Amino acid sequence: MSGSPAGPVLVLLDHTADGMLRPAVLELLTLARGLAPDAVVEGAWVGGDPGPALGELGEQGLVSVHHLDVGVAEPHLTPVVAQALGALVTATGARLVLGVSSFENKEVAARLGVATGAGVVTDASGLELDDDGAAVADKTVFAGTWNTRCVVTAPVAVVLLKANAVQAEPASLVTSPAVVEHVVEIGELALRQTLVERTERAGSGRPELGAAQVVVVGGRGTNGDFGPVEALADLLGGAVGATRVATDEGWIAHDAQIGQTGVTVAPRLYIGAGVSGAVHHRGGMQSAGTIVAVNSDPEAPIFEIADLGIVGDLFVVLPQAIEELRRLRG
Amino acid sequence: MKIVVCVKHVPDIQSERTIGDDGRVVRDGGDGTLNELDENAIEAALVLAETHGGEVVVLTAGPADAVDAVRRGLQMGADEAVHVLDDALAGSDVFGTAAVLAAAIGLVEEEGPVDLVVTGMAALDGLTSMLPAALAAELGIAQLTLASAIDVVEGSDGTRVTVRRELDHATEVLSAMTPALVSVTDQANEPRYPNFKGIMAARKKAVTTFTLADLGIEPAAVGSSGSRTRVLSATARPARENRVLITDDGEAGRTLATYLVDNKLV
Ligand SMILES: Cc1cc2nc3c(=O)[nH]c(=O)nc-3n(C[C@H](O)[C@H](O)[C@H](O)COP(=O)(O)OP(=O)(O)OC[C@H]3O[C@@H](n4cnc5c(N)ncnc54)[C@H](O)[C@@H]3O)c2cc1C
Ligand SMILES: Nc1ncnc2c1ncn2[C@@H]1O[C@H](COP(=O)(O)O)[C@@H](O)[C@H]1O
Repeated sequence: MSGSPAGPVLVLLDHTADGMLRPAVLELLTLARGLAPDAVVEGAWVGGDPGPALGELGEQGLVSVHHLDVGVAEPHLTPVVAQALGALVTATGARLVLGVSSFENKEVAARLGVATGAGVVTDASGLELDDDGAAVADKTVFAGTWNTRCVVTAPVAVVLLKANAVQAEPASLVTSPAVVEHVVEIGELALRQTLVERTERAGSGRPELGAAQVVVVGGRGTNGDFGPVEALADLLGGAVGATRVATDEGWIAHDAQIGQTGVTVAPRLYIGAGVSGAVHHRGGMQSAGTIVAVNSDPEAPIFEIADLGIVGDLFVVLPQAIEELRRLRG
Repeated sequence: MKIVVCVKHVPDIQSERTIGDDGRVVRDGGDGTLNELDENAIEAALVLAETHGGEVVVLTAGPADAVDAVRRGLQMGADEAVHVLDDALAGSDVFGTAAVLAAAIGLVEEEGPVDLVVTGMAALDGLTSMLPAALAAELGIAQLTLASAIDVVEGSDGTRVTVRRELDHATEVLSAMTPALVSVTDQANEPRYPNFKGIMAARKKAVTTFTLADLGIEPAAVGSSGSRTRVLSATARPARENRVLITDDGEAGRTLATYLVDNKLV
């Protein structure tokens, strides 16, 4: 650390349909501010009106938000987002673009890379700038068994960070961000596909799985009864996750699936109940801070990575833990 | 309908996977395999060709033993196989790979237009999930990614492909006219196992090999020299220390509660 990037650091401001920031974006803004003493951080907002989020963005010390108006184009389509962002990179001379590591943003980053020659790192768990201002990112690979560091050698870097890479903190100076309007002409190539239908999932009332600090996961061992898993999650203020077996069985919605083909989580605390710890599942949770596993089979592979492993019946252990936690907390 | 399926040969995820001093995945372990999710891609293409008529070409870019990946595709029932093989490919990033695959698809097109390109949703080695979108952008065709269901309708004005996809916060239905790229998830289908007939038939099918020169791509544009990122260090993560394994003796739930409180996890 830490030369400064030429031009501003652009942060892609993922938001809900009604204009609220996704929580992980606050982590990106916190990280971006700390990259260099003189880092200029600017937001990129595609579609809709950024109005509802300006308060929260001001608490992050953001001075300006670029509002990318894509006209009649569908702002949820990743080729549209990529084109708008590409135009902004050119207009601002930004050399570093940050985003939350999601399936959509990986598509955006890929297209941005093709269009601008940018180099991309996805699923980063940390980011610094080297003496020349180049982005150096940390990333775990192979189901969380290897740590790697890589540097982006292209002139423009796009880095997608996993949730919980840093703790979100408010800025020391609260600002009132200026909204800079850009009208982007979306080209024919980005319009080759159409969005026929989009159904946003209603919030569960629990923290978002990908960003939660505590995740309690149920697998086949729950036999369809997620009661104890949900009760423990709620007591700990955590999210509920599942293995693919549990989602395939229809015991819980598909978006709860953690693993290589589902959500990647990196919470402070992961508790797996009736989860065997298949490599596909481990790929999505192995970088959790503390791993607790409850499984009746002493040979279950999840015990190889559990900080605390309990050989036992989840229907006995979880309710007892819940009762004891309530007692300890008074 | 002509369908090209892009498949990758990756280290078996059940095996001990390592990264060498050069920052690259060690691929000479001999336990490489067809990326599991690409079996879903092949299955999707075969079903479409069976339903709508047409042929399936499996395509890979990778070192010599990557030919196993396209061979597996032939065994499952693909009609043709193409392997881009060139020493200069080693260390390519997603953009190098996308440029190479796009050029190879261009050569395949010399024998007739390609209507669909199908890929897996992710290669279970790098797990970047970026190649499909990068390849669609390179080819300048529609991108229908992360399909858990695919529907193809042939009409008088062309062929329309519609997919359903599940994202972190929403479910979407995307649609486009061909030519288009579709990436499929493991929810899309149950891949078939090659049967005896398929395995015998595959033996008679040749694999076409292209070099970078055939594709008209400069070696320096791909491989490590063309890569836009460079691995600085790679270390196996140390095993977790102080791991505790207990067997429930009637107290484990309380032990768990105390553990969480003592370690300030609640
Ligand atoms: C291409 C591909 C992608 C995949 N992607 C994913 C993915 O993203 N995420 C994912 O999770 N899986 C994924 N899988 C599936 C994965 O391989 C495993 O099949 C799955 O993770 C196993 O789920 P499980 O642990 O719930 O079930 P099992 O492996 O059947 O384990 C159930 C465990 O519960 C224990 N148990 C039973 N009863 C009790 C009880 N009363 N109390 C305590 N323990 C009990 C058993 O001892 C057992 O260990 C994928 C598979 C493929 C092929
Ligand atoms: N070298 C390659 N050759 C052919 N297809 C590939 C290659 N690399 C990636 N793919 C395809 O792209 C998909 C996504 O890979 P990735 O973006 O690397 O996670 C895979 O499932 C394959 O279908």
